Amino acid sequence: MKDVDIADLRRITELVKTKHGYDFTKYAMSSFKRRIVRILEMHNLNIDSLLAKLQHRAFAEEFLNEITVNVTEMFRDPSFWRVLRDDIIPAILLNHQKIRIWHAGCSSGEEVFSMAILLKEMNLLNYAQIIATDLDTNILDRAKKGEYTLKNMELNEKNYIRFQGTGSLKDYYKDINNKAVLDKTLVAGVSWRNHDLVKGAIFNKFDLVLCRNVMIYFNQTLLNEVLKKFHESLFKYGYLAIGSKESLIWCDIANKFIVVNNEEKIYKKIKD
Amino acid sequence: MLKFNLHDRYKAVVIGGSAGSFQGIVKILSKIHSDFPLPIIMCLHRLKHVRNGFVEALSIKSIVEITEPYDKQNIKKGQVYLAPANYHMSVELGHYFSLSTEEMINNSRPAIDITLGSCSYVYRDKLIGILLSGANKDGGLGMKYIKDKGGLTIVQDPEECMIDTMPKAAMNLTTIDHVLKIEQIVQLLNELHKLYRK
Repeated sequence: MKDVDIADLRRITELVKTKHGYDFTKYAMSSFKRRIVRILEMHNLNIDSLLAKLQHRAFAEEFLNEITVNVTEMFRDPSFWRVLRDDIIPAILLNHQKIRIWHAGCSSGEEVFSMAILLKEMNLLNYAQIIATDLDTNILDRAKKGEYTLKNMELNEKNYIRFQGTGSLKDYYKDINNKAVLDKTLVAGVSWRNHDLVKGAIFNKFDLVLCRNVMIYFNQTLLNEVLKKFHESLFKYGYLAIGSKESLIWCDIANKFIVVNNEEKIYKKIKD
Repeated sequence: MLKFNLHDRYKAVVIGGSAGSFQGIVKILSKIHSDFPLPIIMCLHRLKHVRNGFVEALSIKSIVEITEPYDKQNIKKGQVYLAPANYHMSVELGHYFSLSTEEMINNSRPAIDITLGSCSYVYRDKLIGILLSGANKDGGLGMKYIKDKGGLTIVQDPEECMIDTMPKAAMNLTTIDHVLKIEQIVQLLNELHKLYRK
């Protein structure tokens, strides 16, 4: 593994920030460093040649795509999706006619499709307004397409079975040219938007925000800032879902939330 | 009595293991002292989609409590940590854990190379790395990072391993300070415990 020191990382983040407006200065160090090393190895570059290439917009877009981690699954943590279906969504519907959902950092869209399938099986797809955002436009384009490699579908199928859906995951995709092509009508009502959690403004109010395994790439300072945005974006008594091994207890405004389900890491906003 | 030439400036012990390492780990955790002076950071290959049960199974005979840390959780002395299912686990310069869902490495998440590599960066020559039985080469590079930073490297004696691919990978990549049976690893850790009590 190539060794990249902190000063090198600073040079890279400063350049990307000033030249292209993306701020990685408050990303968690060890994973960010691994992403940089990965890019250096993939393109056979050293720090100086990487900095030179980063002057160009086209390469910066590619860089953005590779620096962000886009490994995700449909129905990751099936028990989480069961709790959403059995507890959280029914609870939202007690007080609201419509369910407003934000997938923050939606990556290639697996969780958005999972949500759409879950809602469809509850006959609630027409009662939901889903907004899915990511800072990377390339990955958003891929998400909109809803095409996944068949190899990944094995895992997705297993998750779906453990989620205990009403049918089979096969009901929702076709095998076309060795790709699993998801049923687009599932996400016909989804609004896909380019949005950067680091500098993006609040744009709506939601009943449920999903941001699972995204903030693990941020340092505590940035985590606090982003949590503030989620807090403002939630209706009072709205829900925030984070990854199973994430926690809000070290955050500034942790006391404005309560844990609704500790195992699945679902929080509820209780104070404005 | 074995002489391991230890000192009392170590800051952490990191353990990697895969197929065939479970019994060894259980034995180590059942025989160390309850006031072991360093954090023990473990990355063991495990089923990706089974979140619960592994800590419980390891805990049955363990003297010390084992936890799967949350992202950004501080590392404390005398605690035993296990990398959670389906996450890579790193240690950060501020002595806390960070988790990630990056691509699998050596077909593994958690990957031992990632945990060992990040520990070597943070603890440098004040780290003891132990690699146990396993069926792939994950951890080999991690042991090299530890040695390159001046840490102490230990592998389970291939003779004793159910599957020796993992320790042998490390032995091929770097200098291993001690090749030990589980019983001797326990002795080493207990010797360390004595040093810190003085």
